[in-house]
Amino acid sequence: MSAIPIPASEAAGLALMALGAVFFVAGTVGMLRFPCAVSRLHALTKADTMGLGLVVLGAAVMAGTGGAALRLALIWICVALAGALGAQLIAAFVRRHGGQWPETEASATEMPDTGTPEVGQ
Amino acid sequence: MSGIDPMLPFDVALALALVALSWAVLAAADRFAMVVLFIVLGLMVALAWVRLGAPDVALAEAAIGAGVTGALLLATLRHLRGPEAAPAPGPVRWSVAALVAGVTVALGAVVVAVATAPRPEGLAGPVRDNLPASGVEHAVTAVLLNFRAHDTLMEVVVLLIAVIVVWAVDRGLAAAHDPAAGPEADGLGPVQAGYARLALPAAVVLGIYLLWAGAHAPGGAFQAGAVLSAVGIMAVLAGRWRPEAHHRAWARAVFGLGAAVFVLVALGVGLGPGVAYEYPPHLAKPLILAIEAAVTLSIAATLAALFFGREPAPVSRSRGRRP
Amino acid sequence: MSVPGPDLIYGVAGLGMFGLGLHHAMTAAAPLRRVLALKICAIGASFLLIVAAWRVAPGAIDAVPHALVITGIVVMVSAMAVALALIRRIRALQDGEDTQPGHTQAGDTQPGHTRNREGRQ
Repeated sequence: MSAIPIPASEAAGLALMALGAVFFVAGTVGMLRFPCAVSRLHALTKADTMGLGLVVLGAAVMAGTGGAALRLALIWICVALAGALGAQLIAAFVRRHGGQWPETEASATEMPDTGTPEVGQ
Repeated sequence: MSGIDPMLPFDVALALALVALSWAVLAAADRFAMVVLFIVLGLMVALAWVRLGAPDVALAEAAIGAGVTGALLLATLRHLRGPEAAPAPGPVRWSVAALVAGVTVALGAVVVAVATAPRPEGLAGPVRDNLPASGVEHAVTAVLLNFRAHDTLMEVVVLLIAVIVVWAVDRGLAAAHDPAAGPEADGLGPVQAGYARLALPAAVVLGIYLLWAGAHAPGGAFQAGAVLSAVGIMAVLAGRWRPEAHHRAWARAVFGLGAAVFVLVALGVGLGPGVAYEYPPHLAKPLILAIEAAVTLSIAATLAALFFGREPAPVSRSRGRRP
Repeated sequence: MSVPGPDLIYGVAGLGMFGLGLHHAMTAAAPLRRVLALKICAIGASFLLIVAAWRVAPGAIDAVPHALVITGIVVMVSAMAVALALIRRIRALQDGEDTQPGHTQAGDTQPGHTRNREGRQ
């Protein structure tokens, strides 16, 4: 990048965001590598909530004002709530199919509306 | 703008992700995967709009293009059981491929010509010069509700026509596919109800905030309407509210409210002091806010109705309404 | 310009999405896929508008193309809602469930053999 020295708050914000990105990568690796649907869910929800929290914290440090930090915190709370609901819905759906994500498309009849809760965010 | 832009790797990665996701949506073997990838694509597109300095468009794309459209698609998936007709087309149809290639290359020439030409003046100047007379401080809202208000009126009418058509077409559908029937059967009532208790009031506040902020910052009637429609969709999904046949009169009134207020204001201005849609500057802000409030309500009700699909007529009873 | 700027990068990406969407909209066998292809085609077209706006005022807001694209998004969701309603209705007619509310429970328990009787275009 550029050789211009950057202010301390920006450096701290970037460091927090980079750490958050590490959590996102870990969660994604878990989702791709873990054997069953429930353990994938476990990896994804925890790591992503943590990762987003760090990214939001970094953005708040960079923004510097209280109002912006408050709004960012609200975003994090909303995403965490929506993520919790989505995880519940997916886990309940998986449980009804004997612990596995069903392979056949015929099961689409019973699909819970997992995508819709995020609409509100 | 000198030297290498530090955003370049991000731009290239996002552009590649957009094309790859589009391909993945169209090549997905499974319908559910197709819809989920499509929602992800919509959110990535919103990210690209932010990068290109279009936060209003990003909000609209995330709320309507990814959110409401995704909800519509998931609701439709419940009706489409069984295998799809062959996902991949058979032999390549060369005539179609040649046509598409021709159109794309022609557009590509336009893109290259635009991207290498000197920066154009565009309409940014005229919009900026006339902004003080528009009644709002945000340029996109000024264009949508003042400078090009008749386009926006037509847009509201398009939504109205869509809900009329959907109610008419869905009339014959079997009630077993009621989108509101899901969660209770899942035994997830408490979780969804708890979420709804927290999220519904928050989303109402957010929608009103977006409407108010539209006068001076990114936001406005369409984004606010989409968020409020999500309130309706969540309320239906969580079993908090159920559209009934006797709600239809109210629903029709709200569907038409936006267009009606829009037309009445235009008529009032046109018959009174000036030309239709040319609001007098000292009244422009209250008039625009009144139109926006009505349009927001209409958009919210219409989008929620499009999600619910069927007209809430007593179809589920044995004496069904026949087309 | 030696290094491609965002205008060229996103312009080419929009072009690719437009071409992909147009091709699948004309050749896809299943109606749902056609509808999604049309939406992707529309996204590609709006990229060209937004890129043009970005060139006028990089980082700032050129409101007219932005308003056009917002209008396009709303019109597209209306068109998609109508298209999806038609898809639902066509499927119901093929399944023989149309306007027979009393038979829906039976139709649920045994997914019909009539379903694939004829191609769904």
